[in-house]
Amino acid sequence: MIIFRFWRTFCSLPPSPRIWQYRRVHDTPDIADRRDAVCVIGAGASGLATIKNLREHGFAVDCYERETSVGGAWNWRHDRSPVYANTHLISSRPLTEFPDFPMPDSWPDYPHHSQVLSYLERYAKHFGLGEHIWFGTEVVSAVPVGDGRWDVTTRSTGGGSSRVQRYAALIAANGHNWSPAKPDIPGDFRGTVIHSAQYKDPAQLRNRKVLVIGGGNTGCDIAVEAAQQATTVWHSTRRGYWYAPKYIFGRPADQVNDGLLKWRVPLKLRQWLYRRTLALTTGDLTRYGLPEPDHKPYESHPIVNSQLPYYLGHGRIKAVPDVARFAGGQVELADGRRIDPDLVITATGYAPRFEFLAPDLIDTEPDGRPDLHLHSFARKHPTLAVVGLLQPDAGLLPLAHWQSVAVARWLQLRREDPERAAAVQQKESARPIPSWSKRRVVASRRHWFEVDHLAYLKAMDELLREMEPAK
Amino acid sequence: MSHDLLRFDDWTSPVPPVEREVLSRLVEGEDEHEHPPLLFVTGPGVGAWAFAEHWLAHTAGRGFPAHALTPREGGDLRAHVHDVVQTAASLPRQAVLIGHGVGALVVSRALGRYPARAAVLVAPAMDRWATFGAAIKTNPLGTLRGRPRLNRKQLFSASLPAEEADAYLARMTFAHRLAFPKQVPSPVGKPPVLVVGSPDDRVVPRKSLDRVAAHYGGAPLLFPGMGHALMLDAGWAEPIDATLDWLTKELTAAS
Repeated sequence: MIIFRFWRTFCSLPPSPRIWQYRRVHDTPDIADRRDAVCVIGAGASGLATIKNLREHGFAVDCYERETSVGGAWNWRHDRSPVYANTHLISSRPLTEFPDFPMPDSWPDYPHHSQVLSYLERYAKHFGLGEHIWFGTEVVSAVPVGDGRWDVTTRSTGGGSSRVQRYAALIAANGHNWSPAKPDIPGDFRGTVIHSAQYKDPAQLRNRKVLVIGGGNTGCDIAVEAAQQATTVWHSTRRGYWYAPKYIFGRPADQVNDGLLKWRVPLKLRQWLYRRTLALTTGDLTRYGLPEPDHKPYESHPIVNSQLPYYLGHGRIKAVPDVARFAGGQVELADGRRIDPDLVITATGYAPRFEFLAPDLIDTEPDGRPDLHLHSFARKHPTLAVVGLLQPDAGLLPLAHWQSVAVARWLQLRREDPERAAAVQQKESARPIPSWSKRRVVASRRHWFEVDHLAYLKAMDELLREMEPAK
Repeated sequence: MSHDLLRFDDWTSPVPPVEREVLSRLVEGEDEHEHPPLLFVTGPGVGAWAFAEHWLAHTAGRGFPAHALTPREGGDLRAHVHDVVQTAASLPRQAVLIGHGVGALVVSRALGRYPARAAVLVAPAMDRWATFGAAIKTNPLGTLRGRPRLNRKQLFSASLPAEEADAYLARMTFAHRLAFPKQVPSPVGKPPVLVVGSPDDRVVPRKSLDRVAAHYGGAPLLFPGMGHALMLDAGWAEPIDATLDWLTKELTAAS
């Protein structure tokens, strides 16, 4: 096993001695001009799709990845990977795979995270993406230098001096699930508090008294694992959610839901069907102490967990309200009750971070939320885009794929036909935001980038058609 | 052109998986990864064996890892396209897709779903009426059956010994006609596409070869004197050699 692991780690190292090559040339004082090349930041799922699609559109690409291998969040070897031992997909395979590189059809409906990683590794190898990636290299800053070009400063992850190169465009695919958002809970706590990012293995829960804070998919997953391992489990949620099962009528729930979308069943009717289906399957969860949802179905990011209601029903998980403060060995809840966990796991999500960009480049609002056209294109910088900054009600990979195709097509059009590019930009600026962004969602950071996968793909389709090469 | 972003069929009723037969001839040694793998696809009713007879070994001998897929039994066009894309994606490197006959029709649809490194359509049966017209002239009885059969004259030239031809014919099961929409998707990733055929093919007429080649912006590469089954007929080495020459040229031009 150790040998096997070593082999895997060894093989994931960059094939060429690029890091060393880079160190040798680092002291060149002038800016290396990479001309028409595009700089991509990050070699996770979104970054890999971006490299591939830019290459397909004829661009030279330099991708910088601070880790030593591909996979981003899905690579459990990475320190910043949020996956835990038992992470499985919550959207089913056909709604999660890249549209032009399917996952093996022999895989389960909901693959394990290690399968997703091997899928991404195969994708990178299949399309020969590794040779365009500089591993162990961090982007420190990216500055526009007029005429749409960017000066990108990179540095070896281990430290050392930096290097500046000039690129024709900059695409950030740096992910948004790596920088933990930690709640500010007043008071002192004598037990252990960790963020879900530090939760890796069910053994961490064994024989503990665990409080899980957060009603998202991760919070629910960890609460379920705690129910199987810990002596006592409390699950604290601020509001009521719709807990959808993974299977309805023996089919993956998202596939059934897309059947309704296919037949254009109106939202009101879908909401009614959703309530009915949940009432008939999961049943009423308020009798276990969970609050009633304060929003309609489809108005928050879907929570998909068939096991949570099961363990609530077995008394293994106790639903509790929001946490008010820590009080020594105890935790005080919003309703004044006190509980005495010895391990608190905050599953309170992650915050997007773009430290290498000045906030105004991506029109960052005072609360930290970037304002991008289609959550992707910078409004004032036509050669700056972000790929993968979405929270869809389906798998992210298909959307990230089409985003990167649109970005590649846009850069190509801008290069080959500036006049038409300007016309497309004009037209796009008039695209109403509600047509692609979900308006009616719960107001929280978790829902900043919430999109309806169908509405979003339709908007992408229209954009791609506008940029279709003239025949 | 449709970009095919909304794939309700795949999202709501995925093609049921089957065990797929893939015959392979790999390249040993250092140049294993020098050339992209080739995936050969026959029409339903034939099978990977037809390529395993000569072309697979010949292709591997020239340094290209070669694989051939046997179409699933009783599948529709969508299922066959699914199988081709699944098999292509399972290969270690971006694959070149090569379809023959109805297999070329399947490949032409798969090109809309998978960015092939290049594609070759060999005697592509992509014109329903032209193919039907050519077949009925040579083999009226076989063509009018529910499961149309091809005869020796349609598949092979006179230079192939009759016993050999009959042995091949006996291995073919002939499938029902595939229903297919007329619209051919634009290949994703803009791969180079070559059409190969014979002006003496009694299944796919010359005009049809020209039309398909023109659709992809080229002219067909022709091998006079050969029958429809170019991979089995006498002189099988010529079309595959020419195809590999073309491929080598395209790959060098792209790099």
